[in-house]
Amino acid sequence: MVEGLIGKKVGMTQIFSEDGSVVPVTVIKAGPCAVVQKKSEKKEGYSAVQLAFMEDKLSKKISKPLKGHLDKAGVSSSRILREFQFDDSSEVQPGSQLFVDIFQEGEKVDVIGTSKGKGFAGVMRRWGFHGGKSTHGSRTYRKPGAIGASATPAKVIKGRKLPGQMGHQRVKNKNLQVVETDKDNNFLLVKGSIPGAKGDYVMIKKAYFRPEKKSRKE
Amino acid sequence: MNQMNLVEEKQLKKDLPPFRVGDTVNVHVLIREGDKTRVQVFKGHVISKRGSGMSSTFTVRKNSFGVGVERIFPMHSKMIKKIELVKRGRVRKGKLYYLRKLKGKAAKVKEIR
Repeated sequence: MVEGLIGKKVGMTQIFSEDGSVVPVTVIKAGPCAVVQKKSEKKEGYSAVQLAFMEDKLSKKISKPLKGHLDKAGVSSSRILREFQFDDSSEVQPGSQLFVDIFQEGEKVDVIGTSKGKGFAGVMRRWGFHGGKSTHGSRTYRKPGAIGASATPAKVIKGRKLPGQMGHQRVKNKNLQVVETDKDNNFLLVKGSIPGAKGDYVMIKKAYFRPEKKSRKE
Repeated sequence: MNQMNLVEEKQLKKDLPPFRVGDTVNVHVLIREGDKTRVQVFKGHVISKRGSGMSSTFTVRKNSFGVGVERIFPMHSKMIKKIELVKRGRVRKGKLYYLRKLKGKAAKVKEIR
């Protein structure tokens, strides 16, 4: 079995569960994904499957090298390729398509995406520092204050929380519950939020931590 | 947003009466007691309506033995079996929060003839 899919964030809403309580959900357009390439232990040194996300509107602007790569699998066009783990035994072949139905309702998934970029952010916004006093003659309003000791150690310790780029980084939201799968529209509804803006691409994987799977190292 | 509608449409109620702020309504609420369910009617003035689509809610205020009681209902909640429009009220505001400060006759909403 292939363990995941590529998806596109559609947006958030809320739905009512059986007992009438409100559940916040994110709608993801998950798949259909075409298999482009199979990587094997023998050839590439690890086994994986490369998937291509199939858009509603096929992009004509793809580079010739990418087109050649896709043509090999008989995939018409795609903008985004991602690799997923899978065990060699399955009968997935290049060119075949995968749909949302690889996920079941109630199952847990991890969603990986790129968070919204916040730009170069100060220490108050980025790390939640309290900043300085705004009155009583204070002139340190949004500064971090002291960032280290004196002659020993005579340097700033690595990992010090300082201003810098905030957001626009890879984020994984773990163990999100699948609330609903809709094969007609290729929708996957997961409980809670996922990284990124509407229209951003995400990877959906079966949850890494699963109760029935006690140790992964075996 | 078109794609979002596909998800929401299934859950939206289509048989809601066209009630407005100021109207008096009977809200039939499903109440769960252990494994039994029964329907309770909450009657009062609609003092606020907010939001759109799935997330819209409305607030009903009533006077229960001299104590003001307000309940906020999600418009499309499964726990609401029915909403009945009892009376139409004539009001000049979108939110009737001023009723909270008023008592007795002053807290009445005029009816539309």
